[in-house]
Amino acid sequence: MSSLLAVVGGILLVGGTAFLLFGAIGLVRMPDAYNRLQAGTKTTTLGTLLSLAGVACLHPEWALKLLLIGIFLLFTNPLSSQVLARAAHRIGVKKAPQTVVDRLEEDLAEKDLGARP
Amino acid sequence: METPVEAKVRAMARTRSTAVMFATLLLFWLMLIGNLTLDALIVGVLASLVIAVLYPNGISFFTELRATPEAFVAGLRYYGYFFKELVKSNLRLTAIVLSPSLPIRPGIVKVRTRLRSRMGRLMLANSITLTPGTLTVEMDSEWLYVHWTNVESDDIEAATGAIVAGFERYLEVIYG
Repeated sequence: MSSLLAVVGGILLVGGTAFLLFGAIGLVRMPDAYNRLQAGTKTTTLGTLLSLAGVACLHPEWALKLLLIGIFLLFTNPLSSQVLARAAHRIGVKKAPQTVVDRLEEDLAEKDLGARP
Repeated sequence: METPVEAKVRAMARTRSTAVMFATLLLFWLMLIGNLTLDALIVGVLASLVIAVLYPNGISFFTELRATPEAFVAGLRYYGYFFKELVKSNLRLTAIVLSPSLPIRPGIVKVRTRLRSRMGRLMLANSITLTPGTLTVEMDSEWLYVHWTNVESDDIEAATGAIVAGFERYLEVIYG
């Protein structure tokens, strides 16, 4: 029983690490800050959750605390990425040349024009 | 001017929100500390009480939650859908970063939500960030600006259908 748990835990840990690796590759390959954030957020969330699940299999007595870490992670990870993306957009970080549309910039430009006398 | 009845309703809402905050904090504390001894309980109650009173506008998991059986079922289905989307988004991202041509067509689109509650909107923005190819950048009342790795459509209705509708369906029942 415990050896089966160890095998499952090992597989989960390897899976989690693989997603973290793909996220790191994404950070290097993506062309701009927004796409990098996308790569960073999704893979670190699933990668870390899988790793936590793996550790929970290897050390069942920690499961409750690991669950707690997972919950905090699910809430704080996307939130911090969103704040970073918003800050990047506000200070005008350049978008990749492939970018096809930016509704936020259009709307902000419209509001600025409307505010002027 | 506020009528006495309105003031009473508001005071009740504030009391309820503080109580919910207190209960959430205490629950997390007990999970973290992992035992139910008297001194752990006293510290937890005191700390949770102080924080809950100091932050009457704070939001937590259970703020604005509708405590109905439908909301519970919707919550379970929401988490099922959410984890499915999370895995899908990771697989798709992996395929993108590993392909030599890096097939992306990024852009920021505008979508609209029907959700009214703060917690509902927070959960929606978070869920969008963790699902395939989308990242919430800015929120302006009912409008969300979403960065999309592969823009399928920059039309508001079509983008809303593709990005928001899946989660909104459940969150509407849970938080309103």
